Amino acid sequence: MNSTDRGQPEWSLQAGDDANVIILSGDWIAQQGHVPDFPPDGLHQARPDRPLTFNAEGLGRWDTGLIGFLWALKQGAAQAHLDMRAETLPDAARKLLDLLPDRPAPAPPIPRRRFAPLAAIGTVTIDSLTEIGTVTELGVETARGGIASLTGRGRMRLTDLMSNIRDAGPSALLIVSVVNFLVGAILAFVGAVQLRKFAADIYVASLVGIAMVREMSAVMTAIIMAGRTGGAYAARIATMQGNEEIDALTVFGIPVSSYLILPSILSLTATMPFLYLYGSLVGMLGGFTVAIGMLSVTGAGYFHQTLNAVALNQFVFGFIKSIFFAVLIGLTSCRIGLQAGRSAADVGVAATRAVVVGIVGVIALDAIFAVIATTIGI
Amino acid sequence: MVPQTPATDSRETLMSLQGITLAFGPKVIQKDISFDIKRGSIFAVMGGSGCGKSTVLKSMIGLLKPAAGQYLVDGEDYWTSDPAHRQTVSRRFGVLFQSAALWSSLTVGENVALPMQMLTKMDPATVRRQVELKLGLVGMLQAIDQYPSEVSGGMKKRAGLARAMALDPDILFFDEPSAGLDPITSARLDDLILNLRDGLGATIVIVSHELPSLFKIADDGIFLDARTRTPIAHGAPAWLRDHCDEPQVHAFMHRERETESGRTD
Repeated sequence: MNSTDRGQPEWSLQAGDDANVIILSGDWIAQQGHVPDFPPDGLHQARPDRPLTFNAEGLGRWDTGLIGFLWALKQGAAQAHLDMRAETLPDAARKLLDLLPDRPAPAPPIPRRRFAPLAAIGTVTIDSLTEIGTVTELGVETARGGIASLTGRGRMRLTDLMSNIRDAGPSALLIVSVVNFLVGAILAFVGAVQLRKFAADIYVASLVGIAMVREMSAVMTAIIMAGRTGGAYAARIATMQGNEEIDALTVFGIPVSSYLILPSILSLTATMPFLYLYGSLVGMLGGFTVAIGMLSVTGAGYFHQTLNAVALNQFVFGFIKSIFFAVLIGLTSCRIGLQAGRSAADVGVAATRAVVVGIVGVIALDAIFAVIATTIGI
Repeated sequence: MVPQTPATDSRETLMSLQGITLAFGPKVIQKDISFDIKRGSIFAVMGGSGCGKSTVLKSMIGLLKPAAGQYLVDGEDYWTSDPAHRQTVSRRFGVLFQSAALWSSLTVGENVALPMQMLTKMDPATVRRQVELKLGLVGMLQAIDQYPSEVSGGMKKRAGLARAMALDPDILFFDEPSAGLDPITSARLDDLILNLRDGLGATIVIVSHELPSLFKIADDGIFLDARTRTPIAHGAPAWLRDHCDEPQVHAFMHRERETESGRTD
């Protein structure tokens, strides 16, 4: 390898009487971007019964750019059944070339997609039923573990539960406050514009109170928890899957349901209803702030109107809803984590899926609750 | 004919694989695996990279159901027995995973303690004593309160070994125990494995291609071939080194590039 500049990399084929000679000249540096490709028909001119040799006297500096060219040449020579003699190439280049096979990598098989609607429907159906079965089984196992823990025969570790509760509860307070306060304030803004037209300013209190207690606080808190805690659970379990930590649990016979899932679901179930209650109050405070600032409503009047409008059973309804949301988020996010593949990308996919499934699930479940509430007349 | 060690081993058979085929869906990893593991032996599962050694181990510890064949532990078929019995058998297993697979949210000490807390009725003081004992055996007492992310690769392996011994198993499985360890730590691990076998009377199954270590500790083994996807030799590594004519095994045992059938690309 020479340090003087020998100019552009060039090659040519000289089909002589004794041999086909490849003449190489110039600097063959891949990163300079001028290295030529060896064309598929590059050996057309070669005489078939003569060996292939090299003249590298004009060759300057070179790196893997040259080797790439020579490899393509080697493949071409093998295909044309030419006897390639590399003795005149630089030693180092010859050694590298020796390492390379004389056939290119096999082309990846083109996946054939057959149109088979019945088979596709069948697969989807069986997969969905299996998934429902698995989630149900997981839920039942977890519930059984929960009951066992209540009666003192459980295998759940209290420390795990406590640390999970800390993560799902107190640490979430700030974001729950901000979101619910703003939602309450937004509701008040929207209501104020309309109600002022009828001089019914005071009903902003009812609007905010009922909306927060019945729907918004439970749903918003659940969505926050799906994004925050559900995503974290899925990512944590998926990472454990990749690190063989779940395998280690399985081999020991430590049930994943009682070591991982039960504390997760229990902590969500224990904290969510209280976050919901807290969220409702903060939301009403948001509405109150806007009403006092914008409308001709007194503090006492707002307070009184809220008490009149919001019945206790609506709190109970929201409270029960948030328990269901907690179980839904806990169960689906843990299941998605357990189902994840073993690569880093799979962890990201699992976290995203847990958040999406959690949020969509919460809203769908809320719709079902809305129908039930209308039916029983709450 | 599969080369065998001369039949001098009169020890009782503890585990037996009979015609096992392992597959992920349509992709066959290894087929027709048959061998016996004697009680108290150190059995090596050998073979080049990617031949399915770890998959065989995975199946033996109950993580992968074979597509065909029987796996007997103490004469009883592991995979067809009811889950409760399988659980009892699995309780006799201790596994050191390739990556150690310590539970990352727990300290080293808690890692060893968790199986005892979850699966036995030991009181906290006994658990603590047992944890100290097991970490002491592998020389990891000083790291008892450290998290797995805070200790080195070799220490993780040793902690994984302590955890594998948590429930005093009589069958230990090691997946590449010395991979990534320096020669001194690796040699120390060999001694530890021998001491465990002699001290605890355990049977040890070890997946490895660390030749010096295998020659030193293993007294029986099987060689899996990546191309034919089936075992091609059976016997103690040192015996195979000296007596096996199978070109692949010879090349493996003598660290040579294969000459007869070309390079594996």
